[in-house]
Amino acid sequence: MTGTLIIAGYTLRECVRRRVFVVVLVLSVVFLGLYGLGTDSAFDEAQLLTGQAAFDEKVLVGSTLLGLAMFTTLFLGAVLAAFLTLNGVRGDADRGLLQPLVVRPVGRTTVLAGRFAAAASVCVAYVLAMYGAALLITGATGGWWPDEALGPALGLAGGVVIIAGLSLLGSVWLSATANGIAVFMLFGAGLAAGLLGQIGEALDADTLKTVAEVTSWALPFEALYQAGLHGLTTETSGITGVVVELGPFGGAQEGGALLWPWAVAYLAVVAALARFGFARRDL
Amino acid sequence: MSGPAEPLPTLPRVPPAFACQGLEKRYGGKLALGGVDLRVEPGELIGLLGPNGAGKSTLTKIACGLVRAGAGSAEVGGAPAGSAEARAAIGYLAELFRFPDWLTADELVRLHQRLAESDGGAKERAELLSLVGLEDAADVRVGAMSKGMQQRLGIAQALVGAPSLLLLDEPTSALDPIGRRVVRDLLRELRSRGVAVLLNSHLLSEVELVCDRVAILSAGLIVAEGAPSDLTRPRGLEVETETGVRSYPDATREEVPEIVAGVVGSGASVYGVRLLESTLEDAYLEVLGG
Repeated sequence: MTGTLIIAGYTLRECVRRRVFVVVLVLSVVFLGLYGLGTDSAFDEAQLLTGQAAFDEKVLVGSTLLGLAMFTTLFLGAVLAAFLTLNGVRGDADRGLLQPLVVRPVGRTTVLAGRFAAAASVCVAYVLAMYGAALLITGATGGWWPDEALGPALGLAGGVVIIAGLSLLGSVWLSATANGIAVFMLFGAGLAAGLLGQIGEALDADTLKTVAEVTSWALPFEALYQAGLHGLTTETSGITGVVVELGPFGGAQEGGALLWPWAVAYLAVVAALARFGFARRDL
Repeated sequence: MSGPAEPLPTLPRVPPAFACQGLEKRYGGKLALGGVDLRVEPGELIGLLGPNGAGKSTLTKIACGLVRAGAGSAEVGGAPAGSAEARAAIGYLAELFRFPDWLTADELVRLHQRLAESDGGAKERAELLSLVGLEDAADVRVGAMSKGMQQRLGIAQALVGAPSLLLLDEPTSALDPIGRRVVRDLLRELRSRGVAVLLNSHLLSEVELVCDRVAILSAGLIVAEGAPSDLTRPRGLEVETETGVRSYPDATREEVPEIVAGVVGSGASVYGVRLLESTLEDAYLEVLGG
C-alpha cells in the first residue's frame, strides 16, 4: 500500500510540475463561464414559452443543458484519464523512465496500481467538481434541479475510472500514440452506441437496441453515463417526460441493478489483465 | 587425557552476489543468450564485454528482473532474480535510462530512497551526491543537467539503500575523462566495501583498469573469461639504443638480462628496455576475430 501511495504521489506531483492541473483548471473555468452564460440565456428564452407550451419548459431546458454539461464533463474526464495513463507502461518503458522504478522492491503491480490510483483519483475529483459546478449553475440561473443529483455524479465518476483502467491496460502493449487513438475510438464507439440505443428506443428498432445493449456490456462507461443521464429526469413523466426523451441529453436508459456490480467486475478483469500482461512483459 | 575433539563450528555459506546457470533468452527468433554460466562473488568487480547484440544488457536485465529468462536459473544473493528479495539487494543503472526532467537531483534520490525503503535520509542523499561529484547540484532539475551529470546521478540513485550488487550498463559512456576517473575511484571504493559490481562497457581500457575479472560475450555465449592479466599475453621486448629500437618479439621476461647484456656487449648503449604485453583490447579482438 505504501508503495502504491508513493507512485501515486509521484504521478500527481508530475501533473503539478507539468502544469497539467493549471491548464485543466483554466479551461474548465472558461467552459463553466460559457455554460453559465448559455444557461442563463436559455432559461430567459424558455420563460417566453411559459403557459404556452404543453410541457414544463424549465425541465426541458434544465435537463438538456445539464445533460450537455455531463457529456462535456465525461469527454474532458476521458481526455484527462487517457493522457494521464496512455504512457503508463510501454511508453515510459520505451523512454527508459519505467525501468529504474520497477527494479525497486515495490515491483510492477505496485507501480501499475499507483499509476491507476493517481489517474482515477484526479479524474473522479475533476468530473465531480465539474458536475457539481454545472449543477449549481443550472439551479442558480434557472431554478431547476435534477430529480436525482448523486446518481449522475457517480455515473460520471465510474465512467472515467473505467476509461482510465482501459487506457492503462492498453498502455501495457501499445505505444502512446496507438493507445491514445484506441482509447478515443472506444470512447467514441461507446457514445455512438448510446445514441443508437436512444434512436432505437424512439423508433422501437430491435437491432439498434441490441447493438446498444451489447456495447453497454462491453464498454460499461457508456452505460454508467447513460444511467447518470437517466437520473436527471427519472421522476419526470407526462408530456414533459416524452419531450425530454426526444432530446439528445435526456431520457437515457436506466442502468439496471446489475450495472454497478458489472462495472466493478469489469474493472477487476481489466486490472487482472493489465497485471498479467505487465508481469510477462520484458522491459 | 583429553576428551573427544569438539566439531569445529561451521561458518554459514555466503551465497554469490550473482550466479546464473544455463541462462537462455530469445527475443522472438533471435537468440540473445544461449546458455550463460557466470558467478560474481561479494566484493568482486566483473566486466562484461562484447560487441553490440552480444547479450550483455539482456544478462544484466535478467539479473534485475526486467527481462524473464527463457531457460536456466539466475540468483541474486541466493534469491531468484526478479524476486522482491533480489530486487532489494541490487542497484541498477540502465544503458538507455531517463529520469523525469521535472525532478531535482535531491528529489530523485529521495524518491528512490522511499521506493527502496532506505532510511538513510538527507545524510545518505548528500553522501551519494557527493560520491558522484554532484554535491552542488542537489537542487538542479534533471532537465537542466548535461548527459554526463545525469549519468552520475544515475549511479547515485543506483547506490541508494546500500545494494550488495551493482549492475551498471555503460555507466561512463557520456562522461568526460574526469567523470570517468570519479566513477573508477567510486567502483574501487565500493569493492573495498564488499559491493559486487557487474559492469557492462565498451570502454576496454576502463574495464582493464578496475575489473578483477572480465567475461567476453559473443552471440549470447561467454567466449572468454578470466582476470585481465590472464587474458593478455607477452608480446616480446623492445630495447632502445642510440641507433634505434631493437625488437625481440618472442623474448620472455626471463631472457631480458641476457638480451641486454648481448646488446651492451656488441658495443651499443642501452637507453631503455620495454617488456611488451598485449592489452585487453588485443585479447578482445583476438577472441572475437576482429
